[in-house]
Amino acid sequence: MSADTPLMKEPDANSDANPAADGSELIRFDKVTKRFGDNVVLDGLDFSVASGKHVTLIGPSGSGKTTILRLLMTLAKPDEGTIKVNGDYLTHEEKNGKLVPAGEKHIREVRKNIGMVFQQFNLFPNMKVLRNITEAPVTVLGMSKDAAEERARELLELVGLTEHVDKYPSQLSGGQQQRVAIARALAMRPQVLLLDEVTSALDPELVAGVLDVLRDIARTTDITMLCVTHEMNFARDISDQVLMFDSGRVLESGPPEKIFGDPEHERTREFLGAVL
Amino acid sequence: MKWDWSAVGDFMPHFWDGLLVTLQALVLGSLISFALGLVWALLMRTPSRWVRWPVGVVTEFIRNTPLLVQLFFLFYVLPEWNITFSAMTTGVVAIGLHYSTYTMQVYRAGIEGVPAGQWEAATALNLPMTRTWTAVILPQAIRRVVPALGNYVISMLKDTPLLMAITVLDMLGEARLFSQQNFQFTEPLTVIGVAFILISYPASLLMRALERRLVR
Repeated sequence: MSADTPLMKEPDANSDANPAADGSELIRFDKVTKRFGDNVVLDGLDFSVASGKHVTLIGPSGSGKTTILRLLMTLAKPDEGTIKVNGDYLTHEEKNGKLVPAGEKHIREVRKNIGMVFQQFNLFPNMKVLRNITEAPVTVLGMSKDAAEERARELLELVGLTEHVDKYPSQLSGGQQQRVAIARALAMRPQVLLLDEVTSALDPELVAGVLDVLRDIARTTDITMLCVTHEMNFARDISDQVLMFDSGRVLESGPPEKIFGDPEHERTREFLGAVL
Repeated sequence: MKWDWSAVGDFMPHFWDGLLVTLQALVLGSLISFALGLVWALLMRTPSRWVRWPVGVVTEFIRNTPLLVQLFFLFYVLPEWNITFSAMTTGVVAIGLHYSTYTMQVYRAGIEGVPAGQWEAATALNLPMTRTWTAVILPQAIRRVVPALGNYVISMLKDTPLLMAITVLDMLGEARLFSQQNFQFTEPLTVIGVAFILISYPASLLMRALERRLVR
């Protein structure tokens, strides 16, 4: 796939909803706390992600990385604090100057900026590959079936699966399924792509193919990426910024050279020593 | 006991009438139970307990009282409130309603069997709730439960003779009428017994085959 393949940059009806990746603040967590029972997973978390950046979240399991992605995708609700996407509250809305829990309509409006790829792929097994990708563009974005299919074929070319259009997910390998899932998420033209340990469920020999596709996307598009991964080489390659998490807080953050080369905290050094 | 082939021949025209009624009751009863069971199952998933609670009570009540009692109730008690249907309509509704309280549990299990990741993927793609149900969840849930629904159809077939109690002339009704008129019991009852097994055994084989194909 050549670097000039239009993916996110081509003009279309949807693109005016996508301001350029100009480095303005796209995601902001403000004192976000999330508990599961007595377990405090995120503890008054503050952090922000600038538009167009590739941010990797690392840290020991249970440190709250995946929870951040799930909160952003509205698969979980914060117990305290607020999340803003593009300046809009995600799970709240302002009514008469007061912040109240958002209604479904508001959530859907803000959520359309966000796409997610899951550890377990979560393709729809009752739909062929093509329809997995076109279903949401047609029913949510109101694209015509033809336009959505054309777009799906472009995306399948991007992820190297053009010959599998008419297969069911169960006929594909895990790596192929995950690449379809990436295409499916991109078909909605999100501003932010959330990647939740997308290679953790794959056989080792299939990991490289998926990571190559993601590197390609990181290089050729201006999509913002928020990535939870244990693939440290991949994180080093694509990240503009790495956030090291521990116990629901950002322990330290910085460019990959800094975090991987010369971390400030002993805890980060221990963690990297264990996973590298 | 003497076996009289001519009695079989005499009974056959009545048998075909009865078979038609039995199959009609079975098909219509099945359709009602499939549709209504799905409605119950979906209502039981609404957030409002003001919906779930009454649905739960009513379906629990219907499931735990005998079909025969329900048949009598609908056929003899409703007319006292000036609600009258033909015996056949009453029977079909009663069977469909009764079995819908079983199929709702089948649907529920099917819906709960769809992995959480499917809901999450639908949310991530911003699919509206109705579309999530119709395009993602129900196709997967129903595929899994087709064999279980089929087993209830077979049960229903074996319950259709209860319709005789409200004057519907199904296979058993025809056999009984013929027997009483001709004092020949063996032949008509044997014929309908054979007919039941000829329908239900292949049907159960079909369900097993479907189960192998659909439930993975």
